Amino acid sequence: MAPVLEVSGLKTHFFTRAGTVKSVDGVDFHVDRGEVLGLVGESGSGKSVTGFSIMGLIDPPGKIVEGSIRLNGKELVGLDEEGFRKVRGREVAMIFQDPMMTLNPVLRVDTQMIEAVTAHDRVSHKAARERARDALAKVGIPSPEERLNAYPHQFSGGMRQRVAIAIALLHRPPLIICDEPTTALDVTIQSQILAEMQSLCAETGTALVWITHDLGVVAGLADRIAVMYAGRIVETGAVDPVLDAPLHPYTSGLLGSLPAEGEPGAPLRQIRGSTPSLARLPQGCAFAPRCDFAQADCLAQAPAVTAFPGERGVRCHHPLNLAGVAA
Amino acid sequence: MLTYILRRFATAIPTLFVIVTLSFFLMRLAPGGPFDLEQPLEAKVMENLRRIYQLDQPLHAQYLTYLGALLRGDFGPSFYFRDFSIAELFAQGLPVSMRLGASALLLALTIGGPLGALAAFRQNGGADHAVMGFATAGITIPNFVVAPVLQIVFGLSLAWLPVGGWNGGAFRNTVLPIMTLALPQIAVIARMTRAAMIETLRANHIRTLRAQGLSGATIALHAGRGAALPVISYLGPAAASLLTGSVVVETIFGIPGIGRYFVEGALNRDYTLVMGTVVVVAIFVLVFNLVVDILYALLDPRVRLD
Ligand SMILES: Nc1ncnc2c1ncn2[C@@H]1O[C@H](COP(=O)(O)OP(=O)(O)OP(=O)(O)O)[C@@H](O)[C@H]1O
Ligand code: SF4
Ligand SMILES: [Mg+2]
Repeated sequence: MAPVLEVSGLKTHFFTRAGTVKSVDGVDFHVDRGEVLGLVGESGSGKSVTGFSIMGLIDPPGKIVEGSIRLNGKELVGLDEEGFRKVRGREVAMIFQDPMMTLNPVLRVDTQMIEAVTAHDRVSHKAARERARDALAKVGIPSPEERLNAYPHQFSGGMRQRVAIAIALLHRPPLIICDEPTTALDVTIQSQILAEMQSLCAETGTALVWITHDLGVVAGLADRIAVMYAGRIVETGAVDPVLDAPLHPYTSGLLGSLPAEGEPGAPLRQIRGSTPSLARLPQGCAFAPRCDFAQADCLAQAPAVTAFPGERGVRCHHPLNLAGVAA
Repeated sequence: MLTYILRRFATAIPTLFVIVTLSFFLMRLAPGGPFDLEQPLEAKVMENLRRIYQLDQPLHAQYLTYLGALLRGDFGPSFYFRDFSIAELFAQGLPVSMRLGASALLLALTIGGPLGALAAFRQNGGADHAVMGFATAGITIPNFVVAPVLQIVFGLSLAWLPVGGWNGGAFRNTVLPIMTLALPQIAVIARMTRAAMIETLRANHIRTLRAQGLSGATIALHAGRGAALPVISYLGPAAASLLTGSVVVETIFGIPGIGRYFVEGALNRDYTLVMGTVVVVAIFVLVFNLVVDILYALLDPRVRLD
């Protein structure tokens, strides 16, 4: 079966006065129907820009300069605004990080949800409101009928994010892009919402792209992982193999900075250095200045993708844990 | 909401009291008096006048007398326009000034608001540059230049409209003064709307709306509502100042409003006229600030419900 989403060779650059920022610089990945893909990387690696590119929400000075984004087989790159308008919310939805900022603070929740319904479906005000109420009930908001009349600031952070999820589910899109939707929430609420989101999507067959910098979140949620670094995907594969035996030194470094289960109290190892400026990337491997395994060839030439069986891939001259993938 | 309004009214009264007290004593600090004419009056006449207008009494007694009269709604007689009471002067002039000011404000809103929004949506495009260029001109060219130019073009060259005069408030006579009053306001409102609109268009909730597939028109409505708040807070003081008349415009066009009383009252040391103007302007400012706060509360539930 064709994947819901197929991104290939995507390059999204920002043409700023300070230079061209190559936020996304040759990204390939796909998402199958009903699958959860975790898109992981440090701050500034280009995760959100990838998500916005799929939604057609890149505004000047940004531009998709190359590549293709196919949603259910339909090419999105080059679509005009009206074309995108029809796709957004119906064929792909997006949930953003801070729900306080993403709902309009001066309008009641019902107003905003009814607008979201009628953006794509010609239904009566009453029918739209009922759909909004049902959607709120579905994401676990108590007494949804009353809550429809409330304003966003009258909800707690977790409840606000549930409203955002309900809005994303309104048109049952085959794909939802979640851009760190739980990062601003405390850990218990975060895990509740993760679990609910997982079961809702399993129920409706919705595929997810879950953007996060937290490998711990992805471990429990995703089917597959794509690790992003400096505008490129440096490692992909099914969750368990990637987390158990990472091929890329960067993935390994990210895992090292997670508190390990077996050894509480052990010091967290941080990846040394910091993310490079996307306006001036080094000539060779972008990770080389921070990599413990870098050799002369790493500085000379950027590594291409090496593919392994089971949709496993890595962008590194000297991958780790090769024994695990030896075909 | 009603208790909120009443509470605001209650706090406005002490403010008004402080303003009246301060202006009363400050004005008396200024040298000279209402009867110091170019040709000094005879001592006897002067003494009589001072007694009639109670200027011979101690200052605090005069203050208490004035305050008492004010509480009864009595603004006193004019020291300079001897045949009129202050109340009569305002009864004649205030409606004239208010009509011009209100028309100018309405015109400024209906033109400036859409222009600013247009500029925001076409940011850095031709329309944007045109609007911003016009706005800069509108703000920088003073009204004592605009008014004569309008008079020359529309009054003399084209001879479409009268150069000045009130003519009982005929529409033809109000066009040029209204245009003069409105021009800088159109400019300011266009600039503010543009800035506020650009700001809200960048807000995250606007991006969310786009992500939901809402139409451009719906998104513009959302942005407009968000952009209205800063413009409204400008409109409060602007309305107060426009409705209480403009010295320059009323003088140039020969209009019997109250704008000129600010200057005439002060120059002639017409104590009651100055006090009357201060009270009227203060009331306008307080009322329009209250209106702004009410509109804010209506537009933004976070203000209303907290
Ligand atoms: N409008 C813009 N103009 C210029 N540069 C931009 C713009 N938007 C994003 N970028 C740049 O693109 C890069 C990637 O940003 P992006 O928001 O995708 O990172 P991210 O991986 O989502 O990080 P985070 O975890 O902090 O959200 C950053 O270096 C950022 O500065
Ligand atoms: S290519 Fe070289 S520098 Fe880059 S991650 Fe692999 S080993 Fe490190
Ligand atoms: Mg991001």
